Amino acid sequence: MKIKIVVGTALLGLILFHQVSAQQPVPSTHKNGTSYPSRFGFGRLATTAEIALWDIDVRPDGKGLPAGQGDVLKGKVIYTSKCMACHGNNDTDLSKIKLPAPVLVSDTLAKSRPTAIGNYWPYATTLFDYIRRTMPYNQPGSLTDNEVYSITAYLLYANKIIKQNQLLNAKTLPGIVMPAKKLFIMDDRKGGPEVR
Amino acid sequence: MKAQKKDKQVIKSNKISRRTLLGGMVAAAVLPVNSIFAKHVQTGPHIAPEPPEDPTKTIGPGPSAQGKRSTFEHPVRKFSETSSRSPLQDFHSTITPSDLHYERHHAGVPAIDPQKYELLIHGMVERPMKFTLAELKRFPAVSRICFLECAGNFRGGKEELTPQEILGLTSQSEWTGVMLSTLFREVGADPKALWFLAEGSDAAVMTRSVPVKKAWDDAMIVYAQNGEAIRPEQGYPVRLLLPGWEGNMNIKWLRRIELSDEPYMTREETSKYTYPVKDRIRMFSFEMDARSIITFPSYPQKIMPGWVEIRGIAWSGRGKIEKVEVSTDAGKTWQDARLQDPVLSKAHTYFRHLWQWDGSPTEILSRAVDETGYVQPTLRQLAEARGTAMGGYHMNPITSWQIKTDGSTLFKPE
Repeated sequence: MKIKIVVGTALLGLILFHQVSAQQPVPSTHKNGTSYPSRFGFGRLATTAEIALWDIDVRPDGKGLPAGQGDVLKGKVIYTSKCMACHGNNDTDLSKIKLPAPVLVSDTLAKSRPTAIGNYWPYATTLFDYIRRTMPYNQPGSLTDNEVYSITAYLLYANKIIKQNQLLNAKTLPGIVMPAKKLFIMDDRKGGPEVR
Repeated sequence: MKAQKKDKQVIKSNKISRRTLLGGMVAAAVLPVNSIFAKHVQTGPHIAPEPPEDPTKTIGPGPSAQGKRSTFEHPVRKFSETSSRSPLQDFHSTITPSDLHYERHHAGVPAIDPQKYELLIHGMVERPMKFTLAELKRFPAVSRICFLECAGNFRGGKEELTPQEILGLTSQSEWTGVMLSTLFREVGADPKALWFLAEGSDAAVMTRSVPVKKAWDDAMIVYAQNGEAIRPEQGYPVRLLLPGWEGNMNIKWLRRIELSDEPYMTREETSKYTYPVKDRIRMFSFEMDARSIITFPSYPQKIMPGWVEIRGIAWSGRGKIEKVEVSTDAGKTWQDARLQDPVLSKAHTYFRHLWQWDGSPTEILSRAVDETGYVQPTLRQLAEARGTAMGGYHMNPITSWQIKTDGSTLFKPE
């Protein structure tokens, strides 16, 4: 609404400026774009290869998931060698150990602590996206897609969300319903006096 | 990994001590040269000669390539492994010196060659395009003063806390760049696109989903901060600027924007930057709610009985600060503080309130009211609205300072 008012005011200002008085200050046009050309012609078209190189995101509906697959047992082996040093051995009691990175395994009860994948992550696809783009911390982005599928499978299994024999791939991963998903609500506050 | 982080810390402190040492040596060498030739010698860093008894009787150093702070002033950020906080108590107005801007990053500060830099915009667009830094600078530019604030900005828990420690994850700059709407027109954004993903080129390859309407409202792609190129810690060479919205979404070292009809549900917008509200978890809290803090007097400062000008900053991610109220009697009565003009939308606003302190112990507080009519709440109000397990994000309670009989000031933890 506010934008419309700003645009309207600026347009009015332009009309006044041109028709009524040259004394009027030149109105700011940075929000309305009316005095802009439709295109400036700066920049260049990106190639398909350039887009593919950077387009690594994965959406909850599975868009962006690559080919390949992984399983729980392979994932546990990779976790042990590449993740455990920071995130801890999930077969032991981690509650009293100070880890350099967050614990990743919780039960699936919303109110339990600490918050981790089982009780707080609303989408399984987020695991794949995040692990692939930035883990392990000391070698970011070094895992193969199959390794990422496998680690994701192991972490979902360790959090009691999938069975040990479930394979993960672009078809199965988006179908996994996370226990915490039903808890998430969008912020609908719009300002005003009410404290929420 | 921990060991590696510690190594980095050690390297950092080595650097500091080496530089300090060097400065000391140069200063020692310069000290006896008390003549007009001194200016030719004084080109090294951190020259701190003893000031002469009478500065009108000695010729000082001449012009130099780069100015430095007075050697008597030492404002510093307070830093941990993942963030650094602005020294709010050292600021007399609202533009944060760029080298004191707060930092929060998730995998360190990347080094990016501006000659190789490119921004990719693709997804639901007519023309997926790449823009170099030089091309971004050719578009019509806009400058805007606004605050940035980490959504986790608030620490309490003990009395010996400075404004920097309580609320130092906010800073303000004048940012310059191109409106994102200009670039969206250039690529032919699909009107059906509702979200865009912004992605950084740090080792976290940080991503957040942003509603497209923010791009048509006031989002910017910025390359300058307070008149010069953005500092590396703030996203050099290019960052996203979403005025008033939580710091994490203002993606630094921006390399890619993808338009989409759905949010991506990235790690930062699901497992982080969300918080319990009663039996639910609230996500997509974009705007930073109105808040304020008194920066003078504050811990560890001491005041004397008589006239005291209470000073501080207030801001809202939803628009302009309408007023700031100050209480000098522990919240029983409130008076309007004076606001420093110009009051800008989504910007730190400096407030001052003249007070005659009679020497008796009391508490001083400030609360911000923004143009939507929102009144900065107490911690109790927030807890009543959200439940006691509300976590650390988007917490904006009124903060209070205790003034003791001897004039000392202590934070009042709740």
